[in-house]
Amino acid sequence: MWEYTDKVKDHFLHPRNVGEVEDADAVAEVGSIACGDALKLSFKLDENKRIKEVKFQTFGCASAIATSSALTEMVKGMTLEEAEKITNQDIANYLGGLPQEKMHCSVMGREALEKAIDVYKGRAPKTVEGNIVCDCFGVTDIEIERAIRENNLATLEDVTNFTKAGGGCGNCHGAIQEIIDRVRAELSGKPAAKPKLSNIQKIRMIEETIEREIRPALKHDGGNIELIDVVGNRVLVATRGACASCQASNQTLKHFVEAKLKELVWPELTVEEVSQ
Amino acid sequence: MKTIYLDNNATTQVALEVLEAMLPYFHDLYGNPSSMHSFGGQVGRKIREARESAAALIGAAPDEVIFTSCGTESDNAAIRSALLTQPEKRHIVTSRVEHPAIKALCAHLAEQGYRVTELPVDGEGRLDMEQYKRSLTPDTAIVSLMWANNETGVIFPIEAAAQLARARGILFHTDAVQAVGKIPIDMSKSAVSMLSISGHKLHAPKGVGVLYVRKGTRFSPFLIGGHQERSRRGGTENTPGIIGLGKACELAAQHMETENTKVKALRDRLENELLTRVPNSRVNGDRVNRLPNTSNISFEFVEGEGILLMMDEYGICASSGSACTSGSLQPSHVLRAMGVPFTMAHGSIRFSLSIYNTDEEVDFVIDKLPPIIETLRSMSPYWRTGERACGTA
Repeated sequence: MWEYTDKVKDHFLHPRNVGEVEDADAVAEVGSIACGDALKLSFKLDENKRIKEVKFQTFGCASAIATSSALTEMVKGMTLEEAEKITNQDIANYLGGLPQEKMHCSVMGREALEKAIDVYKGRAPKTVEGNIVCDCFGVTDIEIERAIRENNLATLEDVTNFTKAGGGCGNCHGAIQEIIDRVRAELSGKPAAKPKLSNIQKIRMIEETIEREIRPALKHDGGNIELIDVVGNRVLVATRGACASCQASNQTLKHFVEAKLKELVWPELTVEEVSQ
Repeated sequence: MKTIYLDNNATTQVALEVLEAMLPYFHDLYGNPSSMHSFGGQVGRKIREARESAAALIGAAPDEVIFTSCGTESDNAAIRSALLTQPEKRHIVTSRVEHPAIKALCAHLAEQGYRVTELPVDGEGRLDMEQYKRSLTPDTAIVSLMWANNETGVIFPIEAAAQLARARGILFHTDAVQAVGKIPIDMSKSAVSMLSISGHKLHAPKGVGVLYVRKGTRFSPFLIGGHQERSRRGGTENTPGIIGLGKACELAAQHMETENTKVKALRDRLENELLTRVPNSRVNGDRVNRLPNTSNISFEFVEGEGILLMMDEYGICASSGSACTSGSLQPSHVLRAMGVPFTMAHGSIRFSLSIYNTDEEVDFVIDKLPPIIETLRSMSPYWRTGERACGTA
């Protein structure tokens, strides 16, 4: 059972501003039924360009409904410039916090608000920019990067909790980790440090990288790979399954496996295939 | 507020008779059943009785019963034993709708190089027996298929499947955690090699289970230690739990008839009334070959967690296969394997009854639930548009 605050429960059981604003100045919809939650937001401005009326319709869990309700209460009476400054964290704070696994609901609220404002201003919605990283939930690299920056996220699990990215088949975990590493490095103001590694550390990092970044892709084609040994800068591997009989496996080893390991473990290594 | 508990496939209330049977073995009769003194020996005798009761419920011999800590341990022990005793065989056959105790274990074994066939199911959650037959190979070490599905209650044709495996010299395990006590199971006339039971699904406490291992089946222990359970499961016995499970098995044998008459009638009334009163709702799974206590209903265009929380306000307890409640971000693997559309899968609610449920409780639920669905649909952006698009009733 989720630990919801009394305020979340209140907004779920007694949601404010449900419905659609008639003759709305802007309407925006984010999410989809396939993803498990969706939010349709509509608003109307008064003569001073302040939000006079705002309503929502939400398909989703209790926290999705509660964050939608909270959002409408928060923005009422604001100018669009003020409303634009609301972050997902502000929405969560308004509700006295959300369970970590439900933070994506607050992100959905912020996205809907932003999209509605974009619609009003005639701008292209920001959420469709970028490249899709997570196919299961249609999350782009820009959305992931933004969630990391705004919420100071550090792990893959965090990113999934906030954006849903990586919460489905898991094929994108490597790509998400790369974004995290890049953004974290930028946030700390220096490139990610690559200290000198002991052999044990090297083996562990290679194993992890193979598991996370390489094996899923190979398995997709019915192949597999196994680390046999590490001798100095030589990484000795054996190919398994479809890779073992594949003509192109040399190419895969050089251009995919070695490139990945150079990038993520240490740049001087070379990958060699041994039969075992 | 009164609790209306319709979540008995998650866990059940410990029966009062079970609790009473257990109580002396916490404080007063705390002896170790393995001890030489009569203080411990009297506990050993009670464990023997419990073993006889558990065996009787499933038509087994007492020495075919191994007490474990839970259904998951029983499942793990069965599969691992089959692989360890037949190291030359590297193939496992299972289904897409198994409990995580089997599903996650098989995924783990696949990582280690075993070949795993996950048989699909049709829209009603049924196996294709021809496809099953074709999946059995000389390399197959074990088949593991659940007797009844925890989410939908759909019953697999386990006896037929076990016979096909035995004819090919393949071990057959079944996770019967949801089936035992609800439908008749007789190992004396069966081809099943191993079968898992969980105590807390049949009014015994949590923390105790059984692995049935047919006489003559080679077995390699999962927990290695002392001579307990004839060296097939090391570790000092959970004496109160085992004694409670024994009592629960006795009661289950007595109540089997009630499960299939009274409980089934309650379930059917709950289901039929809800389907009548709530438009765009449907039952997930084969309604004929199904446990008498389980009903999995989808309410289209709403999300399960919201339904559960609103029911919670009335003290009604059930489960959902929606993404928000499954612990992942996707709806239940069972409903996805059955191809239940997203609009339905997210709004699925599982009701699972027990002999303790009453007519009044069912009345209460069929009164309270339809307005909840209506409220949530009135908030959903899909409700009206969806109705137009699908035009379903």
